[in-house]
Amino acid sequence: MTKKKCRVSELFLYGAIYLCAAVSIVLLAYIIIYVLQKGLKSITPTFLTTVSSARKGTVGIAGNIVNTILIILVTMLFATPIGIGAAIYLNEYAKPGKLVSAIEFATETLSGIPSIIFGLFGMMFFGETLGLGYSILTGSLTLILMVLPLITRNTQEALKTVPDGYRNGAIGLGAGKWYMIRTILIPSAMPGIITGVILAIGRIVGESAALLFTAGSAKLLPKSFLGIFDKIFQSGGTLTIQLYLSATSEGDFDSAFGIAVVLLVIVFAINLITKKLTRRFDVTRNSN
Amino acid sequence: MLQEIVTEMERRIMANNVKIKVENLDLYYGDNHALKNVSMDIYENKITAFIGPSGCGKSTFLKTLNRMNDLVENVTITGKVSLDSEDIYAQKVDVTQLREHVGMVFQQPNPFPMSIYDNIAYGPRVHGIRDKHKLDQIVEESLRGAAIFDEVKDRLKKSALGLSGGQQQRICIARALAVRPSVLLMDEPTSALDPISTSKIEDLMEELKKQYTIVVVTHNMQQALRVSDYTAFFLVGECVEYGDTKTLFSYPQDKRTEDYITGRFG
Repeated sequence: MTKKKCRVSELFLYGAIYLCAAVSIVLLAYIIIYVLQKGLKSITPTFLTTVSSARKGTVGIAGNIVNTILIILVTMLFATPIGIGAAIYLNEYAKPGKLVSAIEFATETLSGIPSIIFGLFGMMFFGETLGLGYSILTGSLTLILMVLPLITRNTQEALKTVPDGYRNGAIGLGAGKWYMIRTILIPSAMPGIITGVILAIGRIVGESAALLFTAGSAKLLPKSFLGIFDKIFQSGGTLTIQLYLSATSEGDFDSAFGIAVVLLVIVFAINLITKKLTRRFDVTRNSN
Repeated sequence: MLQEIVTEMERRIMANNVKIKVENLDLYYGDNHALKNVSMDIYENKITAFIGPSGCGKSTFLKTLNRMNDLVENVTITGKVSLDSEDIYAQKVDVTQLREHVGMVFQQPNPFPMSIYDNIAYGPRVHGIRDKHKLDQIVEESLRGAAIFDEVKDRLKKSALGLSGGQQQRICIARALAVRPSVLLMDEPTSALDPISTSKIEDLMEELKKQYTIVVVTHNMQQALRVSDYTAFFLVGECVEYGDTKTLFSYPQDKRTEDYITGRFG
């Protein structure tokens, strides 16, 4: 009797769990299909390779793609070494104690602050006080503050999982600390470091609030190759900013969904690359 | 010529030259007095075993011999440790060079997550050897020295983590040999290994002592009896008794040594 009852409740729970799983998958699939359905028709060579122009009557996001790439590059150029360096300091050099826990607490809190607050700060400090105005650089500097915790935390977690045996082994052979870190720790922590970097790139690609009033919304392409460097000091809207503008002030929903499709593809690609890279750099994996 | 080398080797094995001299060594972890006034002569081309129950300080003492304790916070060391009559705790001593002379093998086999070749070449590279030809030669010599060359010669470029525990430990021995030390410290080198791997390592130690001075920490008294020439018995930070292995096991002078080796505690 009780056995039977037990089986019924088990069955019910089973069903409930499957239902939960199904709901989350179906919702995700529905969003993707919805976006693709509305946006795919906007994806044309012109859309991807030109800049919107009233004179030529074209709608295009090439400028925004370039701006997005520029913001990623400039941000990561600074955030990656600083983040990894901070993690190495915290894990390998700093004496565990109040200061380290305070820094760890601060980084954790920093990563939970709403991005619009970073934006506000970035606009006032980098834009006004440092006089950088609306520019890719102002946006990047703001984003550095936002993604640093991601890189630092991930690197730190990765360093923590490196067995002490590696450290002792290297030191016991006469290696100096920095030599040991360079040759043993960083290669061993590489998968974690890459995960942090890719997550940071993902965050940059998806960020809009913090960029809205730091990087501006210009969508012109740089005039020449060298113009790219000038562009860093000029206003430049990323894909997400353009999506926001298209969907609100411009009322151009076709373009908005078109950009959404592009962003989906980028996020998908980033995830794929992360998987490939982390596996490629996993030195602890046996290769027989 | 060959005869001369053999007699020279025999002379070195027979003679009791002091390789490491420890005088009145005290070590504190913070307030914890972990080693109490230890004095000991460790002889060249002999195997010296440290035995004693867990936490008696035998591993700590081993680590003072290549200054691995320097890494630990709040350590205070007083007394004198000399290697070939040179004080290794003197101001001018470069620990990198010290560890070139005193190699170490750990309890858990800890090959680095890289190829077998790079594992062995790690130490020589630390000490500035870059020449490919020379490295090749050192790698082969070291692997032969650790009696594992034939098992791995066809897979030098493969990850060392793919090897068995016993093979990994011999890789670690080879890695230590590659910096051409004169002393080899082994911290319970077989405690993580199966009996067959253990006996291979023990045979290897017998072979290695012709060229190296070996100090081994072991919690296995049978092992100390099998492989060592000298044995030191430690108890709560104190070196209770030290002497010729056979004598120590047959005629222990101290009651505590006798109790330990007859299995009354530990």
